[in-house]
Amino acid sequence: MIRTPLTAANSLIQLTDTRIKLLSAAGFSTMVACTKTLEVAVVALATSLCMVILAGLPARQLFSRLITANLFILAIWCITPFTTPGHVVISTWIFKASKEGLVQALFITLRCNAILFVNLALLSTSNPFSLAYALLALRVPLKLVHLFFFSWRYLHVLNKEYERAQIMLKTRGFDPGTNLHTYKTYAYLVGILLIKGYDRANRVHKAMLCRGFNGTFRPFHRLHLGSKDSILGIIMFLLITMLAAMEWIPDLHR
Amino acid sequence: MVDSTLITLKNIGFGYRAGQMIMDGLNFELKQGDRIAILGQNGAGKTTLFHIILGLLKPTKGTIAIFGKRCRREGDFKEIRKRIGLVFQDPEDQLFCPTVLEDVAFGPLNMGAKPEEAIDRAKDVLDQLGISHLSDRAPFRLSGGEKRVVSLATVFAMEPEVLLLDEPSTGLDQLTTERLVEIIRSYPLRGLVIISHDQEIIARMATKRLLLRDKKLVQISA
Repeated sequence: MIRTPLTAANSLIQLTDTRIKLLSAAGFSTMVACTKTLEVAVVALATSLCMVILAGLPARQLFSRLITANLFILAIWCITPFTTPGHVVISTWIFKASKEGLVQALFITLRCNAILFVNLALLSTSNPFSLAYALLALRVPLKLVHLFFFSWRYLHVLNKEYERAQIMLKTRGFDPGTNLHTYKTYAYLVGILLIKGYDRANRVHKAMLCRGFNGTFRPFHRLHLGSKDSILGIIMFLLITMLAAMEWIPDLHR
Repeated sequence: MVDSTLITLKNIGFGYRAGQMIMDGLNFELKQGDRIAILGQNGAGKTTLFHIILGLLKPTKGTIAIFGKRCRREGDFKEIRKRIGLVFQDPEDQLFCPTVLEDVAFGPLNMGAKPEEAIDRAKDVLDQLGISHLSDRAPFRLSGGEKRVVSLATVFAMEPEVLLLDEPSTGLDQLTTERLVEIIRSYPLRGLVIISHDQEIIARMATKRLLLRDKKLVQISA
């Protein structure tokens, strides 16, 4: 099943207005993605780690997400050091790792994890409903918000369909192997899923029209900013400004 | 001597959530020639019982023996599923191929038949059930009644010895129901278990009634 276990954490960050969190996460992520300075990446990682701790996320789910993301980064460590030209520090057989390549891989690791941390701390602690409303409030195009909201909503349905297909295949004696019959079966399953999905989308749309849907969602709760929202907003603004200063004012980090 | 007991469930316990058992100490026996109807409220666990028999769900306690052999692992159940046919409550869950013919041939192919054998077998079954004219149609574009008969055909194509029917008459009109009952009654089965709320269907197809209540199966008189 698809769950949102991290929204259950009860902390200052979790209770902060989603619009502030969205803006902060977007600003911070952009800054980290733009940086070319190792020191900025280190500071960003450290501060985002603090945010994860403050958010009080359950450790087990946190680690499983981090491991998944870092598996991709592992692939970078396997390739970048050996393909970046520069001063060779490790040399085995035909593989030669350069210092520049190792630094590059480290740099990518730091930045990816910093962005991951900040999004886990700020965004995973909001439920998808409030994220959708916050996106609307921030004037994100309606179509994109609908796409986000319905993708989330129908992931459950897809998952359910997948479970049903598994049971059906078992009752009919299907044994997956490396053969044409298996590939054909899976192709048929994907095909029927698309057709059923299209049909269902049409039915849901008709049902929504019957209930007076005119293309907009009316927010359930009125969003309003409190003092604790301003505090987090100001802290994040200062942090991003500090990182930007370290990056672009040349003498600051020397 | 050949064991005449087809399915034996002993002291089965099962729950979807910890601490919430929907079956506890449940016993069930299907003997050669038995035609059993299972009744019970919505959510009592009737469909779950079928899934346990076929090893699709693992009970938390109890033992399962089918055709006189204890079933423990997935491997044991794989063989069982080729001999016990399950007709799903919703044919939508069962049909997935581009054409009816391919869907019916899917089971025989899985049982190791060559493609041409499987297609012959599928054609025979469609013929027997009187739906040869549907063979090139797309299953998901059929009417509710047609889908139901096709889903029955997909199971018959595997030549099951025992049939498990989950609410076979839901959403069918009188005439189609009638045809379905006749088809199943004329098919040579060693045993039949049917979940239904339809008293008429039960009266015509079952010789014994069991009620799933308070986590157990109890026999009720007709």
